[in-house]
Amino acid sequence: MLEPVAITVNGVSLAVPRGTTVAAAVVLAGQPCRNSVSGQPRGPLCGMGICFECRVSINARLHSRSCQILCEQGMDVTTDE
Amino acid sequence: MNRRSKRKFDVLVVGGGPAGMAAATRASECGLRVAIIDDNPALGGQIWRQGMQSTPDPDYSTWAMYVQSAGPELIVGSAFDQPSAATLAVEQADGTYEVAYDELILATGARERFLPFPGWTLPNVMGAGGLQAMVKSGLTVTGKRVLVAGTGPLLLAVAAYLRKHGADVIRICEQASWGSLARFTFGLLDQPRKLTQGLSLKRQLAAVPFTPNSWPVAARGQSAVESVTISRNGRLEDIPCDYLACGFHLVPNLELPHLLGCRIQNGCVHVDEFQRTTAANILCAGEPTGIGGVELALVEGQIAGFTAAGRFSEAKDLFGERKRLKQFARKLDQAFRLRPELRSLPSDDTIICRCEDVLYSQLRRYASWRTAKLQTRCGMGPCQGRICGPATRFLLKWDPDSVRPPIFPVRVESLAFAASPVIPEQPTLTGGL
Amino acid sequence: MNHPTYDVVIVGAGIMGAACAAEFAGRGMRVAVVDGDSVGSGATAAGMGHIVVMDDSEGQFALTRYSQRLWQGLRAELPAEVEFDQCGTIWVAADDAEMAEVWRKQKFYKQRGVPTEVLDAQTLYQLEPKLRSGLAGGLLVPEDAVLYPPCAAAFLMNRTQKRGAKLYVGENATQIGQGHLQMASGLEIRAKFIVNAAGTASAELTPGVELKKRKGHLVITDRYPGFVRHQLVELGYVKSASSSTGDSVAFNVQPRRTGQLLIGSSRQYGAEHKEVDQQILARMVQRAQEYMPGLAQMSAIRIWTGFRAATADKLPLIGPWPGDDSLFLATGHEGLGITMSLGTAHILVDHITGRIPEVPIEPYLPSRVSQEHAHA
Repeated sequence: MLEPVAITVNGVSLAVPRGTTVAAAVVLAGQPCRNSVSGQPRGPLCGMGICFECRVSINARLHSRSCQILCEQGMDVTTDE
Repeated sequence: MNRRSKRKFDVLVVGGGPAGMAAATRASECGLRVAIIDDNPALGGQIWRQGMQSTPDPDYSTWAMYVQSAGPELIVGSAFDQPSAATLAVEQADGTYEVAYDELILATGARERFLPFPGWTLPNVMGAGGLQAMVKSGLTVTGKRVLVAGTGPLLLAVAAYLRKHGADVIRICEQASWGSLARFTFGLLDQPRKLTQGLSLKRQLAAVPFTPNSWPVAARGQSAVESVTISRNGRLEDIPCDYLACGFHLVPNLELPHLLGCRIQNGCVHVDEFQRTTAANILCAGEPTGIGGVELALVEGQIAGFTAAGRFSEAKDLFGERKRLKQFARKLDQAFRLRPELRSLPSDDTIICRCEDVLYSQLRRYASWRTAKLQTRCGMGPCQGRICGPATRFLLKWDPDSVRPPIFPVRVESLAFAASPVIPEQPTLTGGL
Repeated sequence: MNHPTYDVVIVGAGIMGAACAAEFAGRGMRVAVVDGDSVGSGATAAGMGHIVVMDDSEGQFALTRYSQRLWQGLRAELPAEVEFDQCGTIWVAADDAEMAEVWRKQKFYKQRGVPTEVLDAQTLYQLEPKLRSGLAGGLLVPEDAVLYPPCAAAFLMNRTQKRGAKLYVGENATQIGQGHLQMASGLEIRAKFIVNAAGTASAELTPGVELKKRKGHLVITDRYPGFVRHQLVELGYVKSASSSTGDSVAFNVQPRRTGQLLIGSSRQYGAEHKEVDQQILARMVQRAQEYMPGLAQMSAIRIWTGFRAATADKLPLIGPWPGDDSLFLATGHEGLGITMSLGTAHILVDHITGRIPEVPIEPYLPSRVSQEHAHA
């Protein structure tokens, strides 16, 4: 049984099953993970932690590769810091 | 404050995928002190990544059991440098450690190759393996329209997986020709297991149109992909979709072999029949020696593990099976060669380097990767050229640059490990020897 | 036999060669530039791109100040990829002794018309909140700037080529002198003037030139916009830069326009290989973390090394090489190549064309060292 974990993405509350990565949660929330250096919206590409397109801020920690990080209760995720 | 401890193993395995698991198992079973380094606490690498909702792959379960009983240590971290001979610097969550070895087995696996085309940077355009990994990590795709494109057997495996998880897989577009695919399928006749897998996939995908000679030429959408233009037998077709899962087969992860001085030939680590590289006490197994799939990786991993333990006759026992599986690898390589038309996919204003937003037009004027890097910063971003490198190699025929540490971004504090005091190794309590 | 002939041929397409080429071409001379690699690929590519006035000596001050103003004058024409940013420098004082040094510098600069501002601790933290607590203050030099050197060199080279100059890249010059330049391929170029702007390779081409290679390390991070706003340098940097022996590190951090941080600096003599030196890197990073603890958790993307061309008296070699009327030097700038490039080009071309340079060339004349040799 995968119990839900509650996080916020850009201030909006979201509940996801335990085992969900932050990247998956951000995509489920319909948000891009970041804006590129020329301002384009970007989301995860490789899913395995090497493209760095999934970088978000987690609990104020910048450049977190969200596809490698599991959602934890109460995480505060902001995109494009 | 960075603390440093130096630990020593008889055999150190970098990479916890099939090859690494197999190598570590055999070496441990021979009584050696073995560790696997991987930045994921769960073993399996990419191909055996465990999904939240799926039943584990039976081969993975088998090998996971073997690893468990053989008992190598798992070091969760990223090997990023070689500070001195026979030592790797490994960044972990709580500090950076120097890990020494007598024998090193590199099982660093592979990653997807991405080719740029207009719109490839839109959100929800992902790799084929990329989207699968995302679904395994909780992205629900029930009822979502997914177009799968690119090249390679991975497309079929991904399409089947997505379908099983409720996605509406609209089509699979394979750039290879009918002829290439027919030859490949025919060539599976002497690989019964692969044939069975193939037939099973075919059944699962019976309802999904599969078109060879086709590839994406553009992805369109506002804040995410909404439709994809496909070229099929020379005709263009617009296909609305929610996700584009697009990858062009695999390229080996060669950064660590390169850093350690292993000879690399034709894009693969050169190894002898015992999986030994040209660098002393360093072996290599799995995809970095040539993309060949799980079974080959398992056999090569075992050969490497036995060799590291000095068990040459046990290693030799596996040569026959490896030979057979290598034939499959060769057929794979031939069948899914990239066609030259794909070189015309990017337009002048297509982004090639996603980290630094460098356009194709900016890159084309340079004669070498190195000059282009200095002038445009292409390849100077956090991906360290892992995404744009294979693309530019294909598009512009540039040779790769030399590899420098850190081979993966690390915390600034980890770069100071050489100045931290060394903590003597604590005796660890492990069951048995 | 065909010998391409020019008014001037320059060895080296780094920032120094490119600046000289641009200046010669700008004055209507026919120019050729030769480089064994590509434009701006040597020390030019390895450095920080800091445009800074320095007060180690009058000669150093004069040329850095002159050059800094020339960069200011050029800034409007620099394309975006050069990333010119007048962020200013803050010389950071850790204690009262260093604050005394701050006041000394302030006075020196004030007397010479360079605007500066002494910062007390409170103001220092307002400007740079991420510095560690307990510092005494600093000196802000607002007219200092930073840029991205490979693109700056390319810009100057493009300008030169637009004026008809010829660029020979990918092939080394093997012999220069007496109006001739021999290439590895056998091609011989003839010119009235030859300028050796080959950085650490200068001594190979002109025996008797004495330069030491001074190795440095740099680290670049991912993007952390706003973390650092000025180029920050500890006052101990001067001790490190001006020592003639030994290995040293000094806190030196630069914000790039991209938001990435460049972390330096280190100096080593006698290290000839370009591999990263773990011990020095560790010391450099630790020093930087001492001043800015927030750096520790940042993502470091790349590390590289480079070699500065250093002279014994810490002043560059600019001007005629005695014994050969055709040969001139523009080399030996140690860590101030980017800064001094424009000024060097101006005074060299002024000297050659018989104009009086705005900054006297005497302190930099190569004859000062070759004379010492003659007397030895």
